Amino acid sequence: MSGHEEASGEPVVAPKGAPPKIGAPREAPVSNPLADYLLRLGDDRLILGHRLSEWTGHGPILEEDIATANIALDLIGQAAPLLALAGTAEGQGRSEDDLAYWRDPVQFRNCLLVELPKGDFGFTMVRQFLFDAYSVLLLDALAGCGHAELAALAAKGLKEDKYHLRHSSAWVIRLGDGTEESHARVQRSLDELWRFTGELFVPDAVDAAVAAQGIAVDYAALKSRWDAMVNEVLAEATLTRPADGPMRVGGRRGRHTEALGHLLTEMQSVARAHPGASW
Amino acid sequence: MSDSQWPLWEVFTQGEKGVPHEHAGSVHAADAEQALQNARDVYARRGEAVSLWVVPSTAIVASAPSDAGPFFDPGNDKPYRHPQFYVAPRGVRMF
Repeated sequence: MSGHEEASGEPVVAPKGAPPKIGAPREAPVSNPLADYLLRLGDDRLILGHRLSEWTGHGPILEEDIATANIALDLIGQAAPLLALAGTAEGQGRSEDDLAYWRDPVQFRNCLLVELPKGDFGFTMVRQFLFDAYSVLLLDALAGCGHAELAALAAKGLKEDKYHLRHSSAWVIRLGDGTEESHARVQRSLDELWRFTGELFVPDAVDAAVAAQGIAVDYAALKSRWDAMVNEVLAEATLTRPADGPMRVGGRRGRHTEALGHLLTEMQSVARAHPGASW
Repeated sequence: MSDSQWPLWEVFTQGEKGVPHEHAGSVHAADAEQALQNARDVYARRGEAVSLWVVPSTAIVASAPSDAGPFFDPGNDKPYRHPQFYVAPRGVRMF
């Protein structure tokens, strides 16, 4: 932990020109798209890893407790080098710890899906499944991208995520095609979560900018493969795929639900209570 | 004491290719796929194994402690069952 003082105040992305009017969408151009893109990847995994870690000691059965803790550790382990890479791209000397523990909600770039409270075990597993399917496809694409360090991290993460997907899809099928109660609960979770899935596949100016730097992801192709994967598991789980209605977005630009603030308060409390401590 | 959890499965791990699978412990799971996943998370998450077997605990037939005498003791006083009297040729010893 070092250099946190400069991290606590400055937004990662300095908006240029006049500050946006209150209530207006903050769509100021992103000054460093590569750093921003790497934050999106790192923050997704950091926040989801933290959400999953909330099950530690509360799993439905000992073996599952170990499994969720294990997957949470994988995700946090994936986040650390991505955030370190984001810090390097940013060029202000911020470490992965500075970025994880000394940013405020508005500076986080994770999608909204991963920050939602963990809910019941079925909700956690449906969310995990929706993200795992996306992450497997995304990391598969990034493993062949033109940024050598990112490609290496993606290839490593892909192996872990394939296992995560096997684990979460098995649970979605088990609970969906389980008892009347388990079916009703995961269907409700799926219906609640669906409006947060659109954000995963909407490329913006940051995606366009990093595509020019060799990190090009075909989001339309990604979406159609994701649809096929999700449809297959939902069919086996006897769950009904919700209709695509209006989708909630904003996380990629720092507009989060209130849940992220609560999560960060807990996640960052130790680091902020003992600045500069090492353990 | 009755076990109110899911059925028990015995887990066997192979540390490296070519060596035998060894008993590592047991996990609870509702079916074979879940048993395999739980075994992976409990016994192979730190890279301890290259292969896993899971077997329903009920499929294991075990000798009883009361069998110990008749089963195992007679082996001790039959030296002719142990082939270490023979000098193995050098070519064989290499293995």
